[in-house]
Amino acid sequence: MDLLLRGVSHNYGSVEVLSGIDLDVLSGEIVCIVGPSGCGKSTLLRFLGGLEKPAKGQVLQRGAPPTGSLNPLTYVFQDFALLPWRTVRGNIACVLEDHSLGRKEIDRRIDDVLRRTNLSDFKNAYPRQLSGGMKQRVAIARAMSVDPAVMLMDEPLSALDSQTRELLIDDLIDLMSRETMTAVYITHNLAEAVALGSRIVVMSRRPGRIRDIVAIDVPLAERRRRPELMAREQARLWELMRAEAKAADMELSHV
Amino acid sequence: MSNVMQVPLTPVSIGAITDARNVPYRGGGFGHRPLWIVGPLVFAVIIAIWEFGSQSGLISKIALPAPSEAFAALAKLAKSGMLWVHLSASLKRLIVGWFFGTLLGVTAGMLIGLFSVARAGLSPLVSALFPIPKIALLPLFIIWFGIGEGSKVATILFGTFFPIVIATYAGVDGVDRSLIRMGQSFGMSWSSIVRKIILPGALPAILSGLRISASIGIILLVAAEMIGAEHGIGAYILLAGSLMATDQLIAGVAILSILGLTISWVIGRAEQHLLRWRA
Repeated sequence: MDLLLRGVSHNYGSVEVLSGIDLDVLSGEIVCIVGPSGCGKSTLLRFLGGLEKPAKGQVLQRGAPPTGSLNPLTYVFQDFALLPWRTVRGNIACVLEDHSLGRKEIDRRIDDVLRRTNLSDFKNAYPRQLSGGMKQRVAIARAMSVDPAVMLMDEPLSALDSQTRELLIDDLIDLMSRETMTAVYITHNLAEAVALGSRIVVMSRRPGRIRDIVAIDVPLAERRRRPELMAREQARLWELMRAEAKAADMELSHV
Repeated sequence: MSNVMQVPLTPVSIGAITDARNVPYRGGGFGHRPLWIVGPLVFAVIIAIWEFGSQSGLISKIALPAPSEAFAALAKLAKSGMLWVHLSASLKRLIVGWFFGTLLGVTAGMLIGLFSVARAGLSPLVSALFPIPKIALLPLFIIWFGIGEGSKVATILFGTFFPIVIATYAGVDGVDRSLIRMGQSFGMSWSSIVRKIILPGALPAILSGLRISASIGIILLVAAEMIGAEHGIGAYILLAGSLMATDQLIAGVAILSILGLTISWVIGRAEQHLLRWRA
């Protein structure tokens, strides 16, 4: 299933946040969106999953989601959004319970995703008992449990410290190179974008426009072994972004 | 690593340090630690001083009976079997009134929390009716529900209803919006979001509302029983007062205190169980 944005513009009151966005997210690719803070990248992600409606333009899906996908457009949030009153198991069960799957199938799916994310030992832990990194792993497991067609990830690693972030990037690379995944990944961290993106969309400062799209044709698994290439890509991205980020930093906030 | 010689990065003086003193400690304080013994101790000390004052004649027996006398009155009440008669009459009123007040209060609070129409319509009504001392309405309730149990239960129900409404909708308002957005993003149904996200999220606030409404319930119970009841702690206290039987009066008040303590303990246990995810 592909997601297509056509002429998407948006404003909050008199503040224009996005302007004329055309973007295709094709099945099997990981599109990273980078841009200075306040450029509307999170808003864009909310449009993609139908949590918000753009003032202008269309958000389209092309093709049917794979059969068995319970929630084709599934988010992973920056703040994890785990229910504190439910255990790891309960948090995953929560999003499965509405699909009349039957207890057995729910248990099977939970065990399956916990195994794939190496969380099986934490099944009965409450979120407060988990570190930030583990909480985000649970949120990723929860997202995987509904077999999404497209994962919509909103700065999933931004709330974590840098060591944990490194560990989780490795996990994500493993996961994404193991199973074909379609994802839109919002970040302001260029290293993450270079490590994960098949295409990297660089946005301008507010009102957000697409400045450039950089394709990286190196398989995910190979990237770790070619740090010099990755560093070069990252430097290239930074050159694209630097002026925008600087200008955005000097702006007064209106929203 | 044991075979690697550890080299200090900066020179460290070895041996006794004579030319330095401890950095003064300035942290600590402004925190609390549990001291279970202190609460009962305060009770015990006050009662002991009181008893001593009465025994030594410092406190006139007419002004205030000794704790031992109040205890004797309580024992007599228990022995005569009337303690249970009064207590059960009171408890029945309190439980029925409080239960339905809470049930209706949570329902109304959820409606106000979830629906704009209910909020616009009901919340001014709540603001208008909450500050009315419900006991002032008792004569009306007697006309509407009769002099018997109905008017007393209605007073308690009405009095406990409002704090629960306010606690509930404040709790609903306080539920983390990102959790609700998560529920929507996973395609959870409206009723699932209410049951699995909003209600548990509002539960801490509802439980603290329950504490407040329980105290209000006890106050209204006694007030209602003082106006017209044959049995009940309030009636017992009123009778003791009009006979100037101050020992019985103190005994009655002590029963109310114990009732309040018990309810607060029960709610505490319920919180421990229902909010164990918080800890």
